[in-house]
Amino acid sequence: MEQVVAGQRVRPALAEELSTIGVLVRRDLMRFVRERSRVVGALVQPLIFWLVIGSGMSGTFVLPGAGDVDYLEYFYPGVVVMVVLFTAIFTTMSVIEDRHSGFLQAVLVAPGSRFSVVLGKSLGAGTVALSQSALFLALAPLAGFSLSEINWPLLLGALSLACFSLCALGFSVAWWLDSTAGYHVVMSLLLLPMWIVSGAMFPAPDGGVMAWAARLNPMGYAVSAVRRALYQGGLPEGTGLWASSTLVEMGVLVGFSLLALAWSVHICYRLR
Amino acid sequence: MRSADVSDGHVQDAAALPVAAAAAVGAAPRAGARLEIQGLRHRFEGLQVLDGLSFEVRPGEIYGLLGPNGCGKSTTLRVLTGLLEPDEGQLLLDGEPVAPGGRRLRQRMGVVFQSPSLDPRLTARENLRLSAALYGLSAAEAKSRIEELLALANLESRADEAIDAFSGGMKRRLELARALLHEPALLLMDEPTTGLDERSFRSAWERIERLRDERGLTVLLTTHRADEAERCDRVAVIDGGRLIAEDSPEVLRRQVSGDILTLEVRDAEALCAELSERFQLAGRVVDGRVVLEREQGHELIPRIVESLPRGRIDSLSMHRPTLSDVFVKLTGRSLGDDAEPASIDEGVDEGASGKGETA
Repeated sequence: MEQVVAGQRVRPALAEELSTIGVLVRRDLMRFVRERSRVVGALVQPLIFWLVIGSGMSGTFVLPGAGDVDYLEYFYPGVVVMVVLFTAIFTTMSVIEDRHSGFLQAVLVAPGSRFSVVLGKSLGAGTVALSQSALFLALAPLAGFSLSEINWPLLLGALSLACFSLCALGFSVAWWLDSTAGYHVVMSLLLLPMWIVSGAMFPAPDGGVMAWAARLNPMGYAVSAVRRALYQGGLPEGTGLWASSTLVEMGVLVGFSLLALAWSVHICYRLR
Repeated sequence: MRSADVSDGHVQDAAALPVAAAAAVGAAPRAGARLEIQGLRHRFEGLQVLDGLSFEVRPGEIYGLLGPNGCGKSTTLRVLTGLLEPDEGQLLLDGEPVAPGGRRLRQRMGVVFQSPSLDPRLTARENLRLSAALYGLSAAEAKSRIEELLALANLESRADEAIDAFSGGMKRRLELARALLHEPALLLMDEPTTGLDERSFRSAWERIERLRDERGLTVLLTTHRADEAERCDRVAVIDGGRLIAEDSPEVLRRQVSGDILTLEVRDAEALCAELSERFQLAGRVVDGRVVLEREQGHELIPRIVESLPRGRIDSLSMHRPTLSDVFVKLTGRSLGDDAEPASIDEGVDEGASGKGETA
């Protein structure tokens, strides 16, 4: 048995940061793999949502411009983003409990910096959200999308950024409010309306306040990019976002991710 | 209630005996301090939580911060671990200045929190593996350390079970193992035995003492329990964010010279005045009881009992001084530690999950 000596473990700071990030990602994935019932639940709920609302609306929904898109088909990309949203909310919520009576305590007093704590948790929760949405994407043929005709790189790129940014945002809210009830209130007041005007349920209107709300809403660009990927880049008329293109959408998502990360890191350093 | 029971006082004394030997270490010529804390100040919501707190922890000793809830001892640990930024104060680790909660300090500290810091869904081994990765242990190093520490925690046979099902005592042992993975120069423990039953309390302490004796582990812990503080090599009595006294438990106990008599009555103030008038006894009222410090206390008992009308006193007890009494003497307040509820959470499942899990 070794002696506990005052000898110092010399380790480059970067290695410590990478271990911290790696541990947080590993831990979220280990939990994800273990919690099968949660995974199934998180799949069934949006499925029901999609089928019930989708078939309920399909009779009345008429897409302005082109009328040949069935509502179940129109709604599907929106539900994919909803899966991301719900999983992100659920997975980052653990930050609150974890910080005071859980695993995060040990991570915070380990050598890694808080930057890595935020980045690691956002990546970990983001990976869980991405895996969860990937499971839902297996149902794409039900909505009329052939799995072999999807632009997978674009889809995964857009979803990864959406997952990461929403988890980083969730981290900041969780850390800042430090209460589960408050977290739910803020997240549903902030993110649900964002999702509703994102073009997930209906196309963004052309003018007025709602049009601007849609244009300023980063989630709209995520929904649009997912839809674009499902249609192999060629969006049906009337479903796209104002002045949008693959480049614009990915640019907005990258920008939003960086902003959310910076904001979350700021909050985490400010509020000890 | 401890102070109202004569025999209980003796139990505490017995528990404090092994400390005598260790106290000699504290008195030995000063080696450089492992950790030096100088003039720590912190205000929170208009309250001076830390008011110029200074002390030092020497290598290989168990140093206890003793005080009631809210005295600032947990805040001190939060400052050390970087969970809180102090307004003022310096830290020296092995003589070198370090930032509170800075990376150098965090590299060399192990922390056992009062609340859990393990993932309940993961197994004991998985938890330790993640922690080993946090401190950058190589795969081979991690493997051997984990086996060694699982043995120390007496959890080898249950290493691959999710710790959800573990008893409170088992979880505590695993928390300790986790904190020791990277062989810290300093182990911090926040109220290490809260909620443990008597048996787990003793085995937890035997484990910590063994680590000190065999490996020279340096420990800084907080406690509001006098019986826990008795087992430390040196104790800092903390009140109002300041150091009130510091020494080995033995020397501290000498502050209280005689026996401690505790009288439970309905009108403590009135009785206190009456005792002072009739017997020239300077007592004080603590938590609604009259407390007297007196040499040859046993001779006083019959005199008091006989001189007062029947029914005036609900109960009268005597015990040898403990650190609890020292705290009362120094601060005029009680530690508020005598109603430690060992039954609410961990205590229960500790008892229920039964045999073969105490070292």
